[in-house]
Amino acid sequence: MPRLGADMTAGKVVQWLKRPGERIKRGEVIAVVETDKANVDVESFIEGVLEKILVAPGDERLPVGTPLALIRTEGTAAPSAPAAAVTPVAAAPVPAAAVAPAAVTAAAVPPAARPAALPGAAGGERARVSPAARKRALELGLDPAALTGSGPQGRITLADVERAAQKAPAARAEPSPADAAAARQLRMREAIATSMARSKREIPHYYLACTVDMGRALAWLAERNAGRAVTERLIYAVLLIKATALALREVPELNGFWIDNRAQQSEAIHAGVAISLRGGGLVAPALHHADQRPLDELMAGFQDLVKRARAWSLKSSEMTDPTVTITSLGERGVESVFGIITPPQLALVGFGTPLERPWVVNGQVVPRPLLTATLSGDHRATDGHRGALFLAALDSLLQQPEAL
Amino acid sequence: MNEQEIRDRVIKTLGGIVPELDSGSLKRAKSLRDQLDIDSMDFLNFLIALHQEFGVDVPEADAGKLATIDACVSYLAQALQQRAQA
Repeated sequence: MPRLGADMTAGKVVQWLKRPGERIKRGEVIAVVETDKANVDVESFIEGVLEKILVAPGDERLPVGTPLALIRTEGTAAPSAPAAAVTPVAAAPVPAAAVAPAAVTAAAVPPAARPAALPGAAGGERARVSPAARKRALELGLDPAALTGSGPQGRITLADVERAAQKAPAARAEPSPADAAAARQLRMREAIATSMARSKREIPHYYLACTVDMGRALAWLAERNAGRAVTERLIYAVLLIKATALALREVPELNGFWIDNRAQQSEAIHAGVAISLRGGGLVAPALHHADQRPLDELMAGFQDLVKRARAWSLKSSEMTDPTVTITSLGERGVESVFGIITPPQLALVGFGTPLERPWVVNGQVVPRPLLTATLSGDHRATDGHRGALFLAALDSLLQQPEAL
Repeated sequence: MNEQEIRDRVIKTLGGIVPELDSGSLKRAKSLRDQLDIDSMDFLNFLIALHQEFGVDVPEADAGKLATIDACVSYLAQALQQRAQA
């Protein structure tokens, strides 16, 4: 069970999208896992062949680090014995060189620990299920260990699995959509509570703010959008995302993570964009390489991300990759936002509403749309001076919107 | 297409953006943004969905004219009529 976000502690396998024996490419979606914040498409981080599914889809929430499947990588031999005949690991560990399975989990799991997590891990129990029955049970989302066998010595046969599958839909009491949504909402609040409390407990925040004259940027945007079809327009949040990403190139110390008691800068700039969900809660998935993508592409990516976040359907890389968080609360007239850093990131950038206000330009007081940009920084990693340089760079970039 | 048909299709389109939309409690003359908590991304997606539904591309300068259900219906009725006459 991969950790799909800093605040995730457990998840539930909803669906397998690959079957045992199928080839898997790096980055390919192999399963859907429900977290407290989304149904996440889990992408494989290795290439190989799906050797075995260890966890059937179901209602059980599994802790982060639980092996979900075994993937055989290139250059390693298939196991010589059928899966069902694998003896308990304590008695005869599967030699790593023979199988070299890679557990699909973000946490490092010692190879010797993996077989112990198999359903019905004890050797005797595993032997009671025929390989075909086990395979079919996993396909149908049933736990083979929970079935009653009609074969010799209670052995669970393919027929037993098919019978159980026919009974299962009627027997399973599905929660109503309203109850499921309420439960999910509660879990999301718990996840946010855990993450934010950890942040406030561990991260010594410093906060900076600056006023940005958005006159040029908004005028440029209005002109650019004027002649375009509705499908090709930009919203101003995209300018803020791009400018933030480019400013982070200039002050890279703010982009990355605090891990093992030190700051680890990230070369890639993956903007975690805070998206409020209908009904409450939020998620901040990554817009990958936000500094490198043209505005049109960034807009398309942002649109897609918002749509999928609100449909609870995100990819694992989007949940785990953000190197910084950007939040804009300007939609409802908020002047400024001093956000809480998402651990283990190093900074959060916040934007309020551009408000028409008096501003002095060339000695004259003129009305300008002014926006408050803020930075919440981790004082263990950076000091206010670097933060100030970042905000100055951000301001400067927003004065040249055509260059974004 | 009469106004009632346009209204029904506008509300159906809005339901694609706001899944929990209760059409019965929707106030026709109240700002969509205020009563449905939609943001600028939602609103742009609404305009895109209207474009797909009615074939009417609302120019950026006119976006503010679609703030309520009544305003949407009136705007689209006029746009469809103009298109039919063209």
